[in-house]
Amino acid sequence: MAKKKNTQAAVEWDYSPSPESTSHIELKSKYDLYIDGKFVKPSSGKYFASYNPATEEKLADVAYANEKDVDKAVKAARKAYTNVWSKMEASERAKYIFRIARIMQERSRELAVVETLDAGKTIRESRDVDVPLACNHFFYYAGWADKLDYAFPNRKVEPLGVAGQIIPWNFPLLMAAWKIAPALAAGNTVVIKPAETTPLTALILAEIIHEAGLPPGVVNIITGYGDTGAAIVNHDDVDKIAFTGSTAVGKIIQKAIAGTGKKATLELGGKSANIIMDDAPIDQAVEGIINGIFFNQGHVCCAGSRLFVQEAVVDIVVKKLKRRMDTLILGDPLDKNTDIGAINSKEQLAVINKYIKIGIDEGAEMYQGKCVIPEKGYYCPPTIFTDVAQSSTIVQEEIFGPVLTIQTFRTVDEVIQKANNTPYGLAAGVWTDKGSRIFNLTTKLRAGVIWANTYNKFDPTSPFGGYKESGFGREGGLHGLSAYVKLK
Amino acid sequence: MGRLEVLKTYKVYIGGKFPRTESGRYYTPTNAKGEQLGNICLSSRKDVRNSVVAARKAFGGWSERAANNRGQILYRIAEMLEGRKAQFIEEIIFQGATKKDAEKEVSIAIDRLIYYAGWCDKYTQVLSSVNPVASAHFNFSVHEPMGVIGVVADKHTSLIGLVSLMAPVIAGGNTCVVIASEGLPLCSVTFAEVLNSSDVPGGVVNILTGKVGEMMPPLASHMDVNGIVYSGDDKKEIKDLEESTALNMKRISVYSADWMNSDEQDIYKIADCQEVKTTWHPIENIGGASSSY
Amino acid sequence: MNKKNGTANHRIPDFSLSPRIDKVGVEERVSRFQTRSIKTSAKLQGLKMVLNMIDLTTLEGKDTPGKVRQMCYKAQHLHDYHPGLPSVAAVCVYPTMVGVAKKGVEGSGVKVASVSTAFPSGQAPLKIKLADTKFAVSEGADEIDMVISRGKFLRGEYNYVFDEIAAIKEVCGDARLKVILETGELVTLDNVRRASDIAMYAGADFIKTSTGKIQPAATMQVTYTMLEAIRDFMDETGIKVGMKPAGGISNSKLALHNLVMVKEVLGGEWLNNDWFRFGASSLANDVLMQIMKAETGNYQSSDYFSID
Repeated sequence: MAKKKNTQAAVEWDYSPSPESTSHIELKSKYDLYIDGKFVKPSSGKYFASYNPATEEKLADVAYANEKDVDKAVKAARKAYTNVWSKMEASERAKYIFRIARIMQERSRELAVVETLDAGKTIRESRDVDVPLACNHFFYYAGWADKLDYAFPNRKVEPLGVAGQIIPWNFPLLMAAWKIAPALAAGNTVVIKPAETTPLTALILAEIIHEAGLPPGVVNIITGYGDTGAAIVNHDDVDKIAFTGSTAVGKIIQKAIAGTGKKATLELGGKSANIIMDDAPIDQAVEGIINGIFFNQGHVCCAGSRLFVQEAVVDIVVKKLKRRMDTLILGDPLDKNTDIGAINSKEQLAVINKYIKIGIDEGAEMYQGKCVIPEKGYYCPPTIFTDVAQSSTIVQEEIFGPVLTIQTFRTVDEVIQKANNTPYGLAAGVWTDKGSRIFNLTTKLRAGVIWANTYNKFDPTSPFGGYKESGFGREGGLHGLSAYVKLK
Repeated sequence: MGRLEVLKTYKVYIGGKFPRTESGRYYTPTNAKGEQLGNICLSSRKDVRNSVVAARKAFGGWSERAANNRGQILYRIAEMLEGRKAQFIEEIIFQGATKKDAEKEVSIAIDRLIYYAGWCDKYTQVLSSVNPVASAHFNFSVHEPMGVIGVVADKHTSLIGLVSLMAPVIAGGNTCVVIASEGLPLCSVTFAEVLNSSDVPGGVVNILTGKVGEMMPPLASHMDVNGIVYSGDDKKEIKDLEESTALNMKRISVYSADWMNSDEQDIYKIADCQEVKTTWHPIENIGGASSSY
Repeated sequence: MNKKNGTANHRIPDFSLSPRIDKVGVEERVSRFQTRSIKTSAKLQGLKMVLNMIDLTTLEGKDTPGKVRQMCYKAQHLHDYHPGLPSVAAVCVYPTMVGVAKKGVEGSGVKVASVSTAFPSGQAPLKIKLADTKFAVSEGADEIDMVISRGKFLRGEYNYVFDEIAAIKEVCGDARLKVILETGELVTLDNVRRASDIAMYAGADFIKTSTGKIQPAATMQVTYTMLEAIRDFMDETGIKVGMKPAGGISNSKLALHNLVMVKEVLGGEWLNNDWFRFGASSLANDVLMQIMKAETGNYQSSDYFSID
């Protein structure tokens, strides 16, 4: 019998386009401010446009709130706090928050699609991560409203009053949930401002809150730029500032509220270490690297942007990482098969490209995933740099994009020192098969969230927040409540 | 003619040693009767710097000590303070208090140290949590010391304000740099002697005397100080403190309290100088009712 | 064919040091394959590939020449109402049925695979396993599906398992050797990985998950772990090994997700029946129904698809 050679040709099998339907989504052409339970026009009459970063097309016009509007919102929040919300039975407060969670779940597909349109993130993530987590956050904190006395042993708690909240563009709806849910559960009222590039899901949330029948003024959602945020921070009648964003702006806020007695929670930047030991489960570690830096195009404050690989396995890790990067699908964020969506804005793309250039100029070796970059929209291929040092700019500064630096190390001591050698302290990852080594590393790393043999996991019950210049206060879990109460 | 009394030299306490201020300066506070309390070191910004360096160096060892051991050391401080009670009472009276108040202040200080000694190996149990996340992960949050803490002691008391702020800071595994009461500095120096004879490793507590206005700014702007606890209600000082800490996101706790009140002590003062660290790890689900195997 | 045996020119690793596998991480990776959306032309192409990768299987005590002949006919005539469909890759039978099967598929290109080595338990002396294999080969089997000695493996006797596979490989001649790990009995993914490494270094042409007699069988987690092992073996030795998940893959969606996994872990080179097979008995009709649905737009009934 003749030997048959097993030489069938490699098969080309590409996934056909599989876009999420937008047919049931009806965006308004113009969105107003949600103040005191009503949708109202901005006092300046000015609007600004929100764009789809994947297509550069305008999605809607959004109201631009000025100081007057902020004042109106704060007054409404104060009135609602004094007359209604702080007087309401805690168990009733809980039911309102539960109701918000339920309506969000009902409108979850709409929220996911709009999030993807407005932020450029993939539908896979907005559908499977952002929106369910946001719903669950409301659901989790709702139940706390009438159980606060259990959270702080030996103390009675009181709400702070009016909370001014400013959220970023990387997880627009989820950050709104992180801010609003615990504030309401603890009995505060809220004035919140979404980021100027991603206001739409917060405005749908305003509709949901309205639909839930929340008393007017308990939640006020106003849109605008940095000056709108500054007006919230500087308003005399705000008791609490909660901000998520850059460390630079966080410092400005901290300065602005110094001596005013306002409480603050600041969730700021990071440059988190992801550490691969030589006994790690390598294939899962590679997946953890991918998830750590390319999740949400790297627009993640806790992104595992500094990879440390023990020298014995660096060759195989880098080889597998590159191979995996080549399988990532970049493109239309609405396509269900897209792994890497659009960069959030033109400005952010410029920042990322600036750092990529710095990396090249510093002599680091770059590798980018084999992706076809769409002609329209803002995109950046997954990028890694090897041959970098602790002193390289791209190792030290937060890039907030899909850019990873890879350093090697020899001993545990060395990697702990290098991982902690940063002004930030938000998160860290550790990959090793040895239990006692995990606890050694997780104990010694100076960061607020440590992922061991996993990365970028979030849950409403799990406190999130950093050490050092990554900000202070925690969001999520029991510990997230303390940011919104005073103890008696 | 009687024997000539030996006067005490008041020095600062840095890294477990009693140097004079590097500036060579001193000041001479007086009590209400106008009597001079002594020649007190007028510490400089360089003393602040040296203290922070000493505190940072001591942090690793202190924070990694067994909680039980930290508790024993705090208890030992109380024991030593009890043994030198008379000297503290005398100093407090000399600085202007009545005998009754002085006795009360020292007693409360001793009891407060014992209170926090007891917390050392318990606060993490009360404050920590295991978080029931929805995915296949074990997730827990524990408290960890922040690092080096600046302590701006109460200005109106010599001993109790200092002890009330310092004790929860070091009970929680932090090290600290204490700015003593400017006008009532005597007990702070004597207390340093107590610390030095109580198994407290050098550098865990560093105590400086002098002008708050001179020492607080370099402390607040120091990039290697992680947090500051402040007792008082001077609006300008609080504002300055909060403003300059925007440099490196220091955590600030401001207390306006009557430390002579025996209730002014709780776990939350320990928590104020702690960071919450949350750790995730996958749970391999094999076997049992929900197994897919 | 990549002719090789256990003592070939590459270093045999210490199998106790096979890479560790984190099960939760594997589950997350697998769930990403499962969210791949395969639509329209990609779906149709994928379904036809699936058909062509099936090892149509009957492995029962009650198997008779009549049953095997009917299955062989079905293997070549999956659904004659639809022209242009491929045949399956092979039929898989017990050694005693190889002769019947060989005749049944003659001239069609469909291969005959025979289980051997005291399938499914493997609880027999090596002598008997060798005789079992030689018999199947002499009857004309193109492929041999052997089982490993799981008891020995779980006792840590990796050398025994290795030597046994190598010995079987020697008597296979030109027949390609598929090594069944029976992952449901190995339980952990660490074990699945280690057994995969042993099988490949000992000379397997294919590694296969299961006998179909033990649950769970070819879960995506197990298949994914084995695919990564194949990739690493290729990197290390330059030798390509095939993969056969068997048991439990009964619908099109699961089959397509398996192909997604092959594509993204190993690439298009493995997307043909030289290198990837499905061991299945009821998968074919479900795939056929999906193809007809895609082409006619109507949901289908099993009454219109022959059962052999």
